[in-house]
Amino acid sequence: MKKLINDPTRVVEEMIEGYIKAYPKHVRQLAENDRALVTAKETRNGKVGVLIGGGSGHEPAFIGYVGAGMADGVAVGNIFASPPPDPILEATKAIDKGKGVIYIYGNYAGDVMNFGMAAELADLESDIRVGSVLVTDDVASAPKEEKQKRRGIAGEFFVTKAAGAAADKGYNLEDVVRVAQKANDYTRTMGVGLTPCSLPQTGKPSFELADNEMEIGLGHHGEPGIEKGDLLPADQVVDRLMHDILIDMPVESGEKVAVLVNGLGSTTNMELYIMFRRVEHILRDKGIIIHRSYVGSYSTSLEMGGASVTITRLDEELAAFIDHPADCPLYVQK
Amino acid sequence: MKITAAEFKTFLKNVVTMMEEQKDYLCELDRKLGDGDHGVTMSIGWQAVNEKLDGELKDEQDCAKISMLAGRTFLSAVGSSVGPLYATGFMRGAKAIQGKLELGDQELRDFWVAFVDGIKERGKAEVGEKTMIDTLQPAAESLQTKFAHTNDFVASFTEAVKAAELGMESTTGMLSKRGRSSRLGERSLGTKDPGAASSYMILHTFLTTITSAQTV
Repeated sequence: MKKLINDPTRVVEEMIEGYIKAYPKHVRQLAENDRALVTAKETRNGKVGVLIGGGSGHEPAFIGYVGAGMADGVAVGNIFASPPPDPILEATKAIDKGKGVIYIYGNYAGDVMNFGMAAELADLESDIRVGSVLVTDDVASAPKEEKQKRRGIAGEFFVTKAAGAAADKGYNLEDVVRVAQKANDYTRTMGVGLTPCSLPQTGKPSFELADNEMEIGLGHHGEPGIEKGDLLPADQVVDRLMHDILIDMPVESGEKVAVLVNGLGSTTNMELYIMFRRVEHILRDKGIIIHRSYVGSYSTSLEMGGASVTITRLDEELAAFIDHPADCPLYVQK
Repeated sequence: MKITAAEFKTFLKNVVTMMEEQKDYLCELDRKLGDGDHGVTMSIGWQAVNEKLDGELKDEQDCAKISMLAGRTFLSAVGSSVGPLYATGFMRGAKAIQGKLELGDQELRDFWVAFVDGIKERGKAEVGEKTMIDTLQPAAESLQTKFAHTNDFVASFTEAVKAAELGMESTTGMLSKRGRSSRLGERSLGTKDPGAASSYMILHTFLTTITSAQTV
């Protein structure tokens, strides 16, 4: 597959270099570790630090969400691979202002081990308190009774949003963790894949789908989903995704939700709005109130084709945090 | 049997070369089970180790320090899930041979037993879950049993590598229960686990390194 790159082994370094040069008022790279980026505005004293991170290739996640009202720091891994403990630990030290740091990351074996090792080191070496919330929003990745095995995908945006706002409001670490955990518990995502992406280093497609096929429940790194079938019209695909989401997490008539229709990389905004249109129909029919909507590519998989729908139930507390302003290089909300 | 720090470094160098050769094969296995990058990840990690071998470790004579830095370097270069796993192996192995300039039969046995124990503890996987533990656990058991009777590392490790190969092959028929591929269910059947394959390659490379060193 074609890519505009120089050296496949240097794509992450060169992306970071371009990114920090593009947004010097927002982010800076730590001298201690070039895979650790933190807010250029220095985390406020007394504020809980919010640290996100994971593999590269999901841009604008995760680097794009460092900024006011969102995360204070990000650890950047290789493509689709968890960062090692070092950048996590260095970012932790940089954003700890005496009130501790929350780690928010997707539930993948690698992330669990690396962030886990970093949390232990932060405690042992630097006496920094770390709370962790693992995002598990992907309905397709494991049955409901094994929710702790589910992987984290686009819904991480809402978990980061809620935790970032809570930290910005001055909540203490326990409460920021509680809010993030609640946001995760109230969030469900399901996706569909149409075309594969390819890793710069192998150049080969991450999976195979025929021209007339789609894959329901496809993972964020091309992990096979729950079923392959003929490509259906957008409405029928959305019906299927929404059906599985609402079976898994019933939402009552009159309840408020936040909606994210997320593109995986090469799917156009046109297609995403066509999908959102159907999501809105379904929710309106059920008397569910859309409090706020997000449509666009918030968390991608390189040039993968496809999309996901995320629904987050909002109680009063979460609704206020979803409305909280944010100012990040790749996401601004007033 | 004794190996020197130079021979230990030769082993690591041989792994570097072998991983470059096997990179595409490991990616191919991983494409069927995950995101297709296992070979790339191993290559990134071992190339970083290679740089240390040519740099900081060039004159290092302490086997434990070599193993420790190899582990830390691999971890920092790759992260991922194999980073903490292999790094823990090499770092725990290092702890078992602290201060040793040469490794005799007993130290070599202790190194590999600690290597496997470390990985097991970090990954919390059991035999039968289609992971590198399916290769490593039978190898460590076979090594310990045979060594207890013979005190002969080369003979015991030869058996261990055979057990590792059987373990690796057995993953083809297993349902994945760990990591990303565990979400595949039945679709994980029929493909060898890439981690089981790469860990077998490392053990096998160690065996060929020490047996060729012996005949020289």
